[in-house]
Amino acid sequence: MSLLTDDQKMLQETAAGFLAEEGSIARQLRHWRDIGCKDGFGHGLWKQFAELGLTGICIPESHGGMGMGVMEAALLLEEIGRNLTPSPFLTTGVAAARTIEGTGHADRWYPRILSGESVLALAIDEGPRHAPERIALGAKRQGNGFVLNGSKQFVVQGASADMIVTAARTSGSPGEREGITLFAIPRDARGFEVENVALVDSSKAARLSFAGVEVDADAVIGDVDQGWQRLSRALWAGRAGAAAELVGLASGASAMTLDYLRQRKQFGRLIGEFQALQHRAAHLYSEIEIARAAALKAAALLDADDERAELYVSVAKAKCADVANLAVREGVQMHGGIGMTDEHDIGLFMKREAVLGELFGDTYYHRERVAELSGY
Amino acid sequence: MTDLDAFRHEVRTWLEANCPAEMRRPIRSEADLCWGGRNWKFQSDAQQRWLEVMAARGWTVPDWPKDYGGGGLSADEGRILKEELQRIGARPPLTSFGISMLGPALLHFGTEEQKKHYLPQIARGEIRWCQGYSEPGAGSDLAGLQTKAEDKGDHWLINGQKVWTSYADKADWIFCLVRTSTEAKQGGISFLLFDMETPGVSTRPILLISGSSPFCETFFDDVKVPKVQIVGEVNKGWDVAKYLLGHEREMISGMGLGGGGSLGAAMKPADPFLRAEIAAFDVDALAFAAMSERFAAMWKAGEAHPASPSMMKYAGTELNKRRNELGMTAGGSDALEWDSERSKSGKPSRDWLRSKGNSIEGGTSEIQLGIVAKHILRLPGA
Repeated sequence: MSLLTDDQKMLQETAAGFLAEEGSIARQLRHWRDIGCKDGFGHGLWKQFAELGLTGICIPESHGGMGMGVMEAALLLEEIGRNLTPSPFLTTGVAAARTIEGTGHADRWYPRILSGESVLALAIDEGPRHAPERIALGAKRQGNGFVLNGSKQFVVQGASADMIVTAARTSGSPGEREGITLFAIPRDARGFEVENVALVDSSKAARLSFAGVEVDADAVIGDVDQGWQRLSRALWAGRAGAAAELVGLASGASAMTLDYLRQRKQFGRLIGEFQALQHRAAHLYSEIEIARAAALKAAALLDADDERAELYVSVAKAKCADVANLAVREGVQMHGGIGMTDEHDIGLFMKREAVLGELFGDTYYHRERVAELSGY
Repeated sequence: MTDLDAFRHEVRTWLEANCPAEMRRPIRSEADLCWGGRNWKFQSDAQQRWLEVMAARGWTVPDWPKDYGGGGLSADEGRILKEELQRIGARPPLTSFGISMLGPALLHFGTEEQKKHYLPQIARGEIRWCQGYSEPGAGSDLAGLQTKAEDKGDHWLINGQKVWTSYADKADWIFCLVRTSTEAKQGGISFLLFDMETPGVSTRPILLISGSSPFCETFFDDVKVPKVQIVGEVNKGWDVAKYLLGHEREMISGMGLGGGGSLGAAMKPADPFLRAEIAAFDVDALAFAAMSERFAAMWKAGEAHPASPSMMKYAGTELNKRRNELGMTAGGSDALEWDSERSKSGKPSRDWLRSKGNSIEGGTSEIQLGIVAKHILRLPGA
C-alpha cells in the first residue's frame, strides 16, 4: 500500500485545522447538547463543510462534487472523530450519497448536499442489532407504486433528514439478499411517523413507523428486488468511514489521556512515571496504529474496487471499534475520579464510541463476516 | 508499457527460466532454508543453483548498492521483484543474519574497506554470521554487558561469555558487543567482527523446550581480534547495536504475518466458541498485515518514528504467540504428538513452544513497551 499523496496530505491538514477550530467539543458537541438542539448537530457547520467543498468529497465531479474516494472521506472522518464533531457527513455525504449514485435521485439530492441545505438518512436496522440481510419491512406493489408497512430504528439523524433512503423487502423472505429494494422516502410522506430519539452520546437517531406509506414507482432507487448490491456498496463505504472516525476518536481519547499522565501527580510523582500505566499506554498506542492501517487499507481497497475490499471493510470496522473501545475504557480509568464527571471531556469519547461501534454492525457482526468471507 | 511494467516482464521471464521447480515448493520446516556459509552443505543442486543465480544478479539483497553485491533496485523495483517471487511461491534463496542484521549496520556505520570486504560475501552467502549480544548477566539490561576487550596495541584481547547466540555452532563469523571501557555503561561498548575459528572461541548449544537448539552459549578465552575489525568508533558501539536492533526487530515482527493465510480457513473450527475466538484473531492478524505493509512503506520513505520497530516487534510477536495457542487448541490431541510422521515430527507443538521465545528474543515485549513509552509517547521518567 502506498502512502498518502500530496493532495491527500493537504486535505488532511485542512480538515485537521478546520475541525480543531470550528468542530471542537466546546463549540459543537457540548453547545448543541446543552441547549437541547433537536438535530444534535449544527446546520451552520454543515454549511461551512459545504463552502469548503467537504460535503461533496464522495460526489462525482460530473455533479459538481470533488469526485474523490472513500480514502479522502476517511481522512476527514478521522478528524471528525478526534473532535467528536456532530456532523451529517458520514451518513449523508458518504453512505446515503452512495445509495443514490447514478440514479435520478442523485440529480435531485446531490445539489442540496453540495450546498449544505439537505441532510439524508439511511433506514436499515429493524431490531437492536445490525442485520441488513434480515430486512423485513414490506413494500407491496399497488397501482403505479408501492405501499410500505413496518418499522425501522437507529436511523441516524432521521428526524432531521429531508429524505430517508429506506431498505425494504419487495420479495423473498428475511435472510435472503434477493428481494431487497431501496426507496427514497420524503420526510412528509403520509402514514409515516418519525420519533426523534436522543442517544447516549447526545446524537439523534429516529425510530420510524410505516403504516401504509404510499410511494410512486419513481421513489425506487436503482432496481426493484436488486437493492442488495447498491445497499452493500453504501454500507461498505459507511463502515470504512465509521472505522476511520473510530480511529480519530481513539487518537483523541488517547492524546487526552497521555496529557493527563504527564501532569497529574500522586505519591509525589507524575502518574505517567508508573510503569503499570506506561505499558498500558504503549499497548494502546500500538493498537491505534494497527487500527489506522486497517482503516486506510479498507478505504484504499474500496477505491480500487479490489476483491478483498469487503473482507478488509469488516476487518477495519471490527478492529477499529475494538481499539476505540479500549482507548475510552483506558481513558476513563486512567483519569480516575475526574473521568467520571460530566465536566471532563473524556466521558464524551466513551459515549460516542458506544454509538459508532454499533453503527453499521458491531465487532461481533464483522468478526462473523470475516469468518464467512474467509470460508469457515 | 512503463519502465516498471517492462521491469516486471523482465523479472517474470527471468524467474521462469531460472527458478528451479524444487525451489517453488512450500518450505516444510526450517531445514529447508538455505543459510549459506563456509561449511554449508546444500540440500540439493537446485538449492545451490538458486542461490548462485540470484546472488549473481544481486537479488539476494535487491536494495543494496551494486558495488557491494546488491541489486541496486529502487523501492518500486524491489516491491515488484518481491511480488513476482511470491507469485511463483519461490523460496528465499538465502536466509542470513548478515542480510537482515549486520548488512544494514555496515551500510550505515562501516568504512568503505569494510563494506567492500564484507558486504559482497554476505550477498553471496559465503559467510554465515551470528550475533554476540546477550550475556548471562545482561539480558533485558543489554548495556550491562561485561565481555571485556583489552587494547593490546595491534589487537583486542577478548575474554567473557555470551548467551543466546543464534546458531553460534554453525556460524563462521560473529558480530559482537564488547566492553572497551568501564567509565560509562552504554558509552563503554564497542562493536567487533571476528572469525569463530579464532583460537579461544568455543560454543555449547542450549536445548530449548521445543526440543531444538537454535541458540548457544559462546565462550571467549584470550581471543585476539585485529584492531581494524571494529565497526564505528571505540566506545561508540551502542549506536551500531541499537541501529542493528531496529532491523532485527523489524525482521522479527514479520512473524506476526504467520504464513499469510487465515487461521480459521486452515483449522475449520467446528466448535462455535473456538470459531469465534479464531475469527477475533483473524481480524487482528489481517489488521496487523495492513500495519506491516504500511510500516514498510513508511520506513522506506523515512516517515516512520525511529522507535517504531519496537511497536511492530511487540505486536507481531504477541500475535504469533496467540496464533500458536489457538492452533494448538484447534488441533486438539493431534497437536500434542511429539515425533510422529502424522504431525510432521510434532510441528504444531514444537512451533507453539518455540513461539514463546518470540516475545523474549530481540528485547522482551516489556522492553519494547518501555521504548514506546519513552521515545514515542514521551512519558515522564520512562
